Amino acid sequence: MREENLIVSVWRGDGEQGEYVDYRVPREESQTVLDVVTYIQRKIDPTLSYRFSCRVGMCGSCAMTVNGKPRWTCRTHVSKVAPDGKLSVGPLRIMNVVKDLSVEMSDFFEKWVRAEGRFHPTKTRYDDFDAIKPADNKRKIASAGIECIGCGICYSGCDVVAWKAEYLGPAALNRAWTLVNDVRDGGQIARLNAIAGDAGCHACHSQQGCVENCPKHLNPTASIAGLKRVTAFAALKGGLK
Amino acid sequence: MSASKIQVEARLWLAQRLSAFVLALGVIIHLVTIVYAVRGGLSASEVVDRVGGNLGWSLFYGIFVVAVAVHAPIGLRAILNEMTSLTSRRVDLLCFIAATFLVVTGLRTVLAFHHLRVG
Repeated sequence: MREENLIVSVWRGDGEQGEYVDYRVPREESQTVLDVVTYIQRKIDPTLSYRFSCRVGMCGSCAMTVNGKPRWTCRTHVSKVAPDGKLSVGPLRIMNVVKDLSVEMSDFFEKWVRAEGRFHPTKTRYDDFDAIKPADNKRKIASAGIECIGCGICYSGCDVVAWKAEYLGPAALNRAWTLVNDVRDGGQIARLNAIAGDAGCHACHSQQGCVENCPKHLNPTASIAGLKRVTAFAALKGGLK
Repeated sequence: MSASKIQVEARLWLAQRLSAFVLALGVIIHLVTIVYAVRGGLSASEVVDRVGGNLGWSLFYGIFVVAVAVHAPIGLRAILNEMTSLTSRRVDLLCFIAATFLVVTGLRTVLAFHHLRVG
């Protein structure tokens, strides 16, 4: 492979002040965007801040805005996103920037809590396990959304979150939908009350930015549509308080 | 958000979905009928002569008008809530006025057409 350089523009600064700074990074075979950012920090400027952990697409901590789109950088190959050798790497939009490429994710995860995204057990340690068949319809629906890694890419790519700060967003609602379909869960009424309304599932415009960007190929829009159906029937039955 | 408002949001969503279903069916019937009925041009008097006073068609368009009056203001409400700084009470009032306007003018037209016959 002939030696060539990538021109990489990286956001330096916090959310209030900063600018894109250009770096030259040697092009490598099978190079990921995370490799590029790591090279800059280790070889050019050790003050660059960014977040990563597993490097294999499991932990969801290395999401950044790459050439204008939110992406998981550890699984994003430079050859796919920058065929012309130019790369722009910024922090995820919508979230507040801590420094450089690191963003504050508290709002994002607090919304999971607000959406009752936690399991409400109905049994004790003395009870038997629930026998749930993998082919069970509800289990299949839950399984379709369960592989979320909490990277925040869908949230960052959602225009409704961008203009409506209180909107719970696709990740939290997708999590709620997996629990709505978990027959072992005992917190359904509280959950439906938490996710209904104009800051919840009814705010979704079904634009599918979340589906477009999700690195795990999940479909949060379909999950939110499911929540709209379930809440509508609950409202008819008077199940919403 | 207050508790009752959650109920309202969920019910409005259902109302908009159901009215969308009625509208989709209505538009298909409306368009297919036009394509079927037009044979080398169709004048207003011919239309009135064929369907004016027909209870079935009047009922069909009456239901269509009601579906429009349910569907459109709910969508308008979402747009006004998101794109303007109007309070939600004002938006609800505006949308109620829009719904009333649509249902009154629409049903008046359907009724007038029903009573219209070319002699």
